[in-house]
Amino acid sequence: MLDFLWRALAGGIGVALIAGPVGSLILWRRMVVFGSALSHSALLGVVLGLVLGIGVTAGAIVVCFAVALMFIALRRDTRVSDDAVLGIVTHAALALGLVLLVYVSDVSTELLGFLFGDILAVAPVDLVWIWGGGAVVLAVLATIWRPLLAMTVHEELAAMEGVPVAAIRLAFLFAVALVTAVSLKIVGALLIISLLIIPAATARRITRTPEGMAAVAALVGVVSVIGGLGASMLWDTPASPAIVLVAALLFAASVALATPRRDAPIPR
Amino acid sequence: MKHEPAGDMRPGQSDSVPSDALVMVRGAVVARSGERQLDRVDLLVRRGETVTIVGPNGAGKTTLLRVALGLLVPDSGDVWRRPGLGVGYVPQHFSFDATLPMTVARLLTLSTKATAAERAASLAEVGASGLDDRALQELSGGELRRVLFARALLRQPELLVLDEPTQGVDMAGQVDLYDLVARAAASRRAGVLMVSHELHLVMATTGRVVCLNHHVCCEGAPQSVSQHPEYLALFGGVPHGVAVYTHHHDHAHAASGAVMPLSHTDSDHDHHHHPHR
Repeated sequence: MLDFLWRALAGGIGVALIAGPVGSLILWRRMVVFGSALSHSALLGVVLGLVLGIGVTAGAIVVCFAVALMFIALRRDTRVSDDAVLGIVTHAALALGLVLLVYVSDVSTELLGFLFGDILAVAPVDLVWIWGGGAVVLAVLATIWRPLLAMTVHEELAAMEGVPVAAIRLAFLFAVALVTAVSLKIVGALLIISLLIIPAATARRITRTPEGMAAVAALVGVVSVIGGLGASMLWDTPASPAIVLVAALLFAASVALATPRRDAPIPR
Repeated sequence: MKHEPAGDMRPGQSDSVPSDALVMVRGAVVARSGERQLDRVDLLVRRGETVTIVGPNGAGKTTLLRVALGLLVPDSGDVWRRPGLGVGYVPQHFSFDATLPMTVARLLTLSTKATAAERAASLAEVGASGLDDRALQELSGGELRRVLFARALLRQPELLVLDEPTQGVDMAGQVDLYDLVARAAASRRAGVLMVSHELHLVMATTGRVVCLNHHVCCEGAPQSVSQHPEYLALFGGVPHGVAVYTHHHDHAHAASGAVMPLSHTDSDHDHHHHPHR
C-alpha cells in the first residue's frame, strides 16, 4: 500500500535535485521568461506524444528543444525584443497545445494534470524518465559547468578566451528542455518554472559560491517536495500546487530571516 | 552585400603585415540593416604601441574592436592577428545578475589559472589590493573596472584591448586608470588598443590616435589629430570644455579614491597656507 506515495516522493525528489542547479543557472542567465516559454510549450509536446504514440515525456522533450532552437533562430534577425518574442511564443504555444489537445484525445479530465501536475499518479515509467533524464542533465552540466559559468558572467569575454559559446549554449538549452519535459508529470506545464527558480532564489540568500547555491537549491527543492506531499496527505490538498506553495513559503522565510550579509546584493 | 574571402595577409611580404604587428585590419566593412557601421577601415597595432580609437557615439568604435578581436567577422576586408596572440580584454559593459554568488577571486580564475599570490600581485598592480575575497556585487564601478583590468593582466597579454576603460569612474580616477594602463603595458612591452571618448585624457599615454566615424577620419599623433579639421568638426573644438593638456601628477589614487602622495616631491615652490586677515 501507499506505493503511489513512494513513487511520488521518488519522482518529486528526482526532479528537485536537477531543478536546483538548472534553476540557479536560469536565474544567473536571466532566462526566467525563456524558461516559462519552454515550459508552456511542453503542453504542445504532450499533444505530439499522444499523436505519435511515443509518450508524453518524449513528445515534450522534442517540442521543448525545438522551441529552444526556434527561439535562437528568431532572435538572430529580429527587431522585436526578446521579452516580446518570448511572451508571444509562450502563450501561442499554450493556446495551441490546449486547442490541439482536445482534438487528439478526450483528455478534459487529464488536462488539469498536464497544466498543474499530477504527482500522485507518477508511474514507474515516469520514474525511469525522471532519474534517467536527470542523470543525463547532471552529466551535461558537470561537463560544461566551467565554460558555462564563464559565459554567464560575460559571454563575449568568454568567447574571446576560447569558450565555444554556441555549442555550450546549445548543450545548456538541451538540459533545460530535458528538465522541463521530465518535470511535466510532477508539477505541470504552468508550474515547472516555479520549481526551477523558487528554490534557487531561496538558496541565494545563504550561499557564497555558484556551486553552493546550486546544491542548496537542490536541497530546498527536496524539502519542498517532502513538505508539499506531507501537507497534501494531511489536508487533502492537490499535491503539486502544495509543493510549489511550500517552496514559496521557504523563500518567504529566507527573506524574513536572512540577516544582511556581506555577499547580499546591494539594494538598488 | 558582396562577400570577399577572408584575406591572406602574411608578415614579411611587401605591402603586407609589418613584422612587429600584433593585429591588423584592412578594408573592414561591417553593415547592419543597410548602413555601414564600418566603411573600409584600416587598423594596425604594433608591439609596444598604444593606439586609441576616438569618435562620437555610434561611430563603430566597439564594432571595430570586436572585428580586431575576431568576435565579429566583417562583411568584407581582412583581419590578421599574430598567431597565438595573448589578448587581455576589458569590455565596455559588464553586468551580472544580483543572484550570482561570486567572489573576485572566482572571477579572476574563471578561465585562467592563477594562484592566490598571482591574484594578489595583479590586484596590487591595478591598485585594487584586498578585493580578492569580496563579492562582485559589493564592488563600486571603479573597483570593478580595476578588477577586470587585473583579470586581463593575469592572461599574460601581448595585447591589451580596453573598451572605454574608465566608464563610471570619476575624473581623477580616469587619469589614474590611463596611467595604470600605460605602466602595465610598458612593463610587459604589450600593445594597447583602446576606445576612449576622452582624447584630452589619453594624450599623455597614447602613441597614435585613430579618429573614427564609420570611416577613419584622421589618424596620427595625438597632438596632430586634436588639431585636425575632421576631428574638430566631430568634437567641436575642445572636447567637453576641458583644455587639452599633458598632465603630470603630484599624487596618486588608491582604489578607494583616497589621495596618496607620491614619493618624490616638487620642491621648486612651496605653498604657504595661512589665514587671510
